[in-house]
Amino acid sequence: MPKVIRIKKGLDIKLKGNPERIIIQAEPSEFYAVKPPDYPGLSPLPKLSIKIGSEVKTGSPLFYDKYKPDILFTSPVSGKVVAVNRGERRRILEVVIESDQKNEAITFQKGDPKTMNREEIVNNLLKSGVWPFIRQRPFHIIADPNDDPRTIFISGFDTAPLAPDLDFILNGDEISFQTGIDALSQLTSGKIHIGVNAVFPIADVFTKTEGVELHYFRGPHPTGNVGVQINHIDPVKKGEVVWTINPQDVVVIGKIFEKGVFNPTRLVALTGSEVLKPRYYRTKLGASVKPLLKDNVKEGNNRYISGNVLTGSKISKEGFIGFYDSQVTVIPEGDHYEFLGWALPGLKKFSGSRTFFSFLTSNNRYTLHTNLQGGRRAFVLTGQYEKVLPMDIYPVQLLKAILVEDIDLMENLGIYEVAEEDFALCEYVCTSKTEVQSILRSGFELMQKELG
Amino acid sequence: MKSLRKFVDKIKPHFSKGGKFEKLHSTFEAFESFLFVPNRVTTKGAHIRDALDMKRTMIIVVAAAVPALLFGMWNTGYQHNLSIGMEATIWENFVFGFLKVLPIIVVSYVVGLGIEFAVAQIRGHEVNEGFLVSGFLIPLIVPVDVPLWMVALATAFAVIIGKEVFGGTGMNILNPALTARAFLFFAYPGWMSGDTIWIQGLKSGEGVIDGFSGATPLANAAAGLFENLPSTWEMFLGTIPGSIGETSVIAILIGAVILIATGIGSWKIMLSMAAGGLVMGLLFNLIASNPFMEIPAWHHLIMGGFAFGAVFMATDPVTAAQTERGKWIYGFLAGIFAVLIRVINPAYPEGVMLAILLMNVFAPLIDHYVIEANIKKRRLRAKS
Repeated sequence: MPKVIRIKKGLDIKLKGNPERIIIQAEPSEFYAVKPPDYPGLSPLPKLSIKIGSEVKTGSPLFYDKYKPDILFTSPVSGKVVAVNRGERRRILEVVIESDQKNEAITFQKGDPKTMNREEIVNNLLKSGVWPFIRQRPFHIIADPNDDPRTIFISGFDTAPLAPDLDFILNGDEISFQTGIDALSQLTSGKIHIGVNAVFPIADVFTKTEGVELHYFRGPHPTGNVGVQINHIDPVKKGEVVWTINPQDVVVIGKIFEKGVFNPTRLVALTGSEVLKPRYYRTKLGASVKPLLKDNVKEGNNRYISGNVLTGSKISKEGFIGFYDSQVTVIPEGDHYEFLGWALPGLKKFSGSRTFFSFLTSNNRYTLHTNLQGGRRAFVLTGQYEKVLPMDIYPVQLLKAILVEDIDLMENLGIYEVAEEDFALCEYVCTSKTEVQSILRSGFELMQKELG
Repeated sequence: MKSLRKFVDKIKPHFSKGGKFEKLHSTFEAFESFLFVPNRVTTKGAHIRDALDMKRTMIIVVAAAVPALLFGMWNTGYQHNLSIGMEATIWENFVFGFLKVLPIIVVSYVVGLGIEFAVAQIRGHEVNEGFLVSGFLIPLIVPVDVPLWMVALATAFAVIIGKEVFGGTGMNILNPALTARAFLFFAYPGWMSGDTIWIQGLKSGEGVIDGFSGATPLANAAAGLFENLPSTWEMFLGTIPGSIGETSVIAILIGAVILIATGIGSWKIMLSMAAGGLVMGLLFNLIASNPFMEIPAWHHLIMGGFAFGAVFMATDPVTAAQTERGKWIYGFLAGIFAVLIRVINPAYPEGVMLAILLMNVFAPLIDHYVIEANIKKRRLRAKS
């Protein structure tokens, strides 16, 4: 057995609605959307390459950031642009495409990436719109094609609540995964590391792939977070850049080189306590969740989330699957009052602490809702964040450095090493109900501005 | 509960902006959220949040202190009846103590919460729950005969100067309850030290049997009256004179178990403070230049306010060290200083309060060096 990195800190939030390992071919969605807010670091007002009414093919560019015009964001289907939905200050929230169900696609360069040079590969990824799958640390933003990253990290498993089983999702895509890895390995002079879950037998897709180095992890969430794995394998130092990518997206990249087209098909796990039959659906990136939810959700006021309950984004029940997501979660809204809720024994409440009697029944799964469960306060308790953050970082001190906008201190305390998802559990457990993830993002934005 | 909710919803507009009782908005909000967990949902970040909130946290600390309070009430009656030579049942002792202690609790809460509510309204904040604990701890660390107006004054001082001027709960440097006690200790020493103040009625001397001494074990030890020292078992059980809630180590340990089991109190601080006290006690055993230095080191842990301080005071998360490594150092030094002050300085037989306040002041410095070490490590990595 190879060396296993055991992680003790963290917390598994046991929710109801784990997906069964059954794959269902989802009904094709009528509408698809590409959502600028999905991409951290992208300008809120990207330049549109299309107008309402424009015909697009799969892989047609929809918009780009004016400061990084090479990185294109493309359509996952062929059809017609029917809406550009805007939010406050005219920021673009969604570019909506009505599918013509024909799947006409723009073709890109085919070929074995091993025989192609870096420029050709980068070009292919940029043009087809899959480049944004590659994100970088520091700051967890879309990678810069001109960088030579020190290493590329991939987490081969997801430990978030109700997360899809990536071994299951990737089953059968071994060849495309290898092709994708071949392409990625041309982009870095360093290694490609994959973190795998040592608890289960490792899937073929990881063990049989060449050109990667495997690292074995075992532990509660956030062990599956790539940032935590990087921190244990080789932390990001000042001045360095490392890239990260999800394994499902490596497959999409592989398919570009195999087929010459952008194939946004993917398995999405429909999860959560309010889903009648939580299962895996074969659908496409950006697809509306409407066909998935049809006759499959409990009545009532629900929260629909693209992604998991810790880091996902809120969508409507006809909303669209996010660019980086392989999971849709439905949980009840918590917009009700609870009489003396803070004083009750709390057998049905879940807490990372042992302050509710539910800790006696540790194997229960819970239906948790979206209530904030308390008022916002100053930082009072200490040691809470540290219990769920398995990184060599002082989380509260880093957040305070961000709040007082002390650039040097942020740097010294390791802001280059973290992403919002790594701190999501801190936000979950926070007794003072601090908005940890958005504070962190504001720190990233400030650093980017200062560093130019 | 629906009718209650309806009633709250009905009167709510009067307390909102533009309503008749706009000035009581924070107060209303505090009571409303006391009765009902609000219906606010998450808007950004994590969609679900832990069920633990500040109210739950504070109520658990209060629950942990309840055994000490109940024992303290009984002991108040017991000590009083002992001093006048009366036989009394457990129940009679408790009722006597209950009636003596309750006013102190009421005064502490009314004054403290009154100030908190007013400040929250001025600042436009929600009322912070921090005082629920401070207000409960203050009565436990004063002698039972302390005049109520002094309690009121000390509480006001602690809340305003000790806490609110720094920005309220979470921002204060000194533990508010200990600040109140320190205020009394230095402003009214006649009511806070000596041999006659620890037992109800002893100061006035009415009906006290001849030759009865109300001195605490610490006072006896400091005076070298070792033959007057109660037995180890009595000190552990708490049937001795002292501040209302500090005497019973057993009751305090029950609280410690609750705090540690729930994860609200830091076991690291409690353990390291006990270790610090022991180490200092052992050092004194080695020096042994006076009889007080010769008492068994572990006796320090069950005398005076050591146990209470270690479990309820030093563990206050706001004023203690905030880093995990810092907590070990902080607690250990607090233990060392407590015993050091207690044995070396005859003017202050109770060193625990001063030791913890001193370490409160040094806690940020300890944290600073712990964090510097992390920063240094990161810098070294960047260079390699």
